[in-house]
Amino acid sequence: MNERLTPFLWLLFSAGGTVAALLFPVHVFLVALAFPLGALPAPSYEALHGLVQHPLVRIYIFVLISLPLFHWAHRFRYTLYDGLQLYHLTNLIAVLCYGAALAGTAATAYVLLTLTR
Amino acid sequence: MASTITLAVTRYRPEEEAEPTVETYTVPFRKDWVVLDALNHIKDHQDGTLSYRWSCRMGVCGSCGMMVNGSPKLTCAAFLSDYAPGPVRVEPLQFFPIVRDLIVDIGEFLHKLKKVKPWIVRAEEQPLSEGEYLQTPDEVDAYKAFSMCINCMLCYSACPIVGLESHFTGPAAIALAQRYNLDSRDQGASGRVEILSDHEGMWGCTFVGDCSRVCPKNVDPAAAIQQYKLTTAVDTLKSWLLPRGSR
Repeated sequence: MNERLTPFLWLLFSAGGTVAALLFPVHVFLVALAFPLGALPAPSYEALHGLVQHPLVRIYIFVLISLPLFHWAHRFRYTLYDGLQLYHLTNLIAVLCYGAALAGTAATAYVLLTLTR
Repeated sequence: MASTITLAVTRYRPEEEAEPTVETYTVPFRKDWVVLDALNHIKDHQDGTLSYRWSCRMGVCGSCGMMVNGSPKLTCAAFLSDYAPGPVRVEPLQFFPIVRDLIVDIGEFLHKLKKVKPWIVRAEEQPLSEGEYLQTPDEVDAYKAFSMCINCMLCYSACPIVGLESHFTGPAAIALAQRYNLDSRDQGASGRVEILSDHEGMWGCTFVGDCSRVCPKNVDPAAAIQQYKLTTAVDTLKSWLLPRGSR
């Protein structure tokens, strides 16, 4: 693995961890608890669809999905590398993990950019 | 309260045996005794050939680190009463080669420690006539916690990465590098980052955090390493994005 890239991948990893730790609980609380249990009125499909029309909301969703994917990629890479000690596959593991995060990021960007009214 | 407690102690006499063995000793159980007191009692009264390192008996010298019931501990601070009724398993620090009984080979650790230049590096020493390098209390606080390390190596025995990859520089050495990076008198940060910016250096750490859990001096090496990673990562990003002059 190219050591020059490591600091950058680690920054993505830590940014993703921060996003996941701070924002995921809010979404889990709303979507998995508050709305289904009726503690808060659930927004309608139309209301949410209207919300994602705003560019700032799209950027928020992009960050919310993409950065934690890189967090997962880094963590999973080291889980395979150290946990299963697959040292001979280190490059393949890195490519697959970060590649999956990149693919997820690209898919997110595609969906967000092509959302129609 | 029971009057005795049993210790199961690792023995290894390379001239006699190929593999370490376990020997059990029964010692008086006193509530003010630590594991080191029990070992000293064994050495003085039962078996003078038992070998182990110790010196200060008060958590300052960092010599008496051993595995006690599977956890790295300073044996001068591990009270027998916390392990009652026993038996208490006493082993040499794990992930180090054993020299004899409870004594491990620390040569590799000392090599790693020296590698990170854990001393104040100056481009140019100011002449004595200009006096000492002064620091404000805030400048001292920036590194003080990381300067409490006594090189007891408990963190190396606790770190699973040290166990997996013997070349990993390890918690105490990286934390000590960061201690000098944070020192306002030091100018050696760029030299250290070159030494530690690889998989054997700070990037080998996956922030398990066991080093900080076992540290008897609350140095928190895990925090030092993560801070070091953040500084290095931000500096690397700046070097990619900013023109040379404005870094």
